[in-house]
Amino acid sequence: MSFDFDELVFADVSRNFGRRRALTRVNLTCHAGQIVGLLGPNGAGKSTLLAIASTLLAPSSGEVRYGAATGRDAGPGLRSRLGLLGHDLYLYPELTARENLQFFARLYGLNDVDATVARALDRAGLAERADDVVSGFSRGMRQRLALERALLHGPRLLLLDEPFTGLDDTSGQALVARLRGLRDQRRIVLVATHDLDLAEGLLDRVAVLRDGRLLAVDDSSASLRERYRETITSAAAR
Amino acid sequence: MKRTFAPLMLVAMVLFAAAPLMVANAPYEASMGLVQKIFYYHVPSAMVMFLSAFVCGIASAVFLFKRSAAADRWAVAAGELTVAFGLIVLVTGPLWARKAWGVWWQWDARLTMSLLLWMIFVAYLIVRRYGGAGSEKLAAAMALFGMANVPFVYVSVNYWRTIHPKTSVVSTLAPGMRGPFWFCALSFVLLYGLLLVARRRLEEQRYQVEQLHLALDD
Amino acid sequence: MRQFFRVAWIVMRKDLTVEVRSREILYTTVFFAVSCVLVFAFALVREGRPMDDAAAGILWIAIAFAGTLGLGRTFERERHTETLRALMLAPSDRPAIYVGKLLGVLALLAIVEAVLVPLVALLFDAPFARSPLWLVALLAAGTTGFASVGTLFAAMLVRARSRDVLLPVLLYPITIPVIIAGVRGTAALLQTTPDEPMARFWAALLVFFDVVFVTLSLWTFEPLMTE
Repeated sequence: MSFDFDELVFADVSRNFGRRRALTRVNLTCHAGQIVGLLGPNGAGKSTLLAIASTLLAPSSGEVRYGAATGRDAGPGLRSRLGLLGHDLYLYPELTARENLQFFARLYGLNDVDATVARALDRAGLAERADDVVSGFSRGMRQRLALERALLHGPRLLLLDEPFTGLDDTSGQALVARLRGLRDQRRIVLVATHDLDLAEGLLDRVAVLRDGRLLAVDDSSASLRERYRETITSAAAR
Repeated sequence: MKRTFAPLMLVAMVLFAAAPLMVANAPYEASMGLVQKIFYYHVPSAMVMFLSAFVCGIASAVFLFKRSAAADRWAVAAGELTVAFGLIVLVTGPLWARKAWGVWWQWDARLTMSLLLWMIFVAYLIVRRYGGAGSEKLAAAMALFGMANVPFVYVSVNYWRTIHPKTSVVSTLAPGMRGPFWFCALSFVLLYGLLLVARRRLEEQRYQVEQLHLALDD
Repeated sequence: MRQFFRVAWIVMRKDLTVEVRSREILYTTVFFAVSCVLVFAFALVREGRPMDDAAAGILWIAIAFAGTLGLGRTFERERHTETLRALMLAPSDRPAIYVGKLLGVLALLAIVEAVLVPLVALLFDAPFARSPLWLVALLAAGTTGFASVGTLFAAMLVRARSRDVLLPVLLYPITIPVIIAGVRGTAALLQTTPDEPMARFWAALLVFFDVVFVTLSLWTFEPLMTE
């Protein structure tokens, strides 16, 4: 089943939990070969939007379109083209790095598991620690492993929720380089982040969320921090 | 639906006013005398409880598989009524047993079955109340599994109680008793229907208030 | 179809690998089951003689309690690392994940029962060895029934509030027919002349229960786990 797309569209997406509005009519388009950043204060709805994009959560109204298909048609075919790196890295601490990757590779039905896993371990820079149990890894190492796990099946759309959290400077730069590489491979990358410094120069498009609402979408190349602060304060003044 | 509600409510009230008269005029049962007359309320309540359990189970299945929020509103109404009528069964049962046989509870097959079904639907309500967000779906699973369980409960409790089960008792009613019995059964079912519709309407209005609340934010 | 079982097998193997590393759930569950038996022994044995059919009852109660504990712990582990989400994201048949988890739970309970049966036989002088095949049939069918509903409920409760207490609240009423059938069937086998037709009747009921509830669980797993 080979399904692909080159555009992710949020069309009027709203989501509420009981009486609490988590997202209100978000409209956003992301193209292949783009890194789109979701910025906003805590509780803005960034994680909810990512969860909806990953098909783990259904919108209360509106729809998400992956090329021509909608989220409602989501099935194994669509899921095989998505990769999610959540805040909780989705790794089994009792298994080794290699075993974690092998498990997910087999679960995703990939061919040539051993070669794929070996390549992923190399890219994560964890080849020497491959047979060490993950519970002994630092946050940065786990992050690198989790990123490779999310990329094992070569997804078209990569969703990252606060990937720079807890990373030291070197690891952060390495992640930025990796994401640039993915963009060059014409994937769609959607990143939710607080870290304006690391995101500086990385993002092609910036979407600012606050209280579930999309305040602004910006493609300009002006300083990220300035743009963000401006948007948030003008929204508060309104 | 709304226009017929009030007249039907009136009919139900008249039926319940007339019921004690009918029950009083019914013949006495041979061995138990006056005490047996509690059966005119006990058995119809049990019938309604089982009916309600099925309504809840089916509505829950529709909610789970068709994602129909409207079905969930029927389900919660039916779930609450199952517990309410079940309570009537479980109070009148021991009262009858105490007077007729001297003990409050003797693990009679039918009462035990009713207790089990009642507990399943009490659990249904507990999950809805304390399960946090999204607990409507979890409760729906409970109702569905509970409904699917009824035949198993029936067989296992019957055979647990006695290896050679007795044949059922209700089908052999004395002629004079049938009239009042079916009169009461009808009144109970009518009352149940009205309560179900009213409760569902309440739930729907709650939902509409929530929608209005959300629309304020737009 | 082959894909389905392949995925279930992979999930089960992963669960067993994780468990073998720490053996935490295995040891604690087995020990808990043994403590259960002792508590009931002290409650139900008078002047050194157990009450009638106590052995059968105690065996199944211990299985139910230990099973509930094991289920809770297994899914707590998945919740802790949110890995259940990663499993749901995979492009595999979702019910296959349920089956994989169920097989893991059955493996755990099989080990618990392997310890419990000799223990109960010893403490209560219960002649389990007289009809071993029927006993195994009853245990297999009963445990499958209990675990099938338990795995579904434990999975669906993973993101719920008060999940620790809600699992037994939901599971016990539904699995009472399993307990009744298990206990009466086992008690039938423990009589001076084992009542095999009775055991067969109860075992058949358990098999029906398994078929119905495994099917229901497979149907409802995906709607329950997705929002």
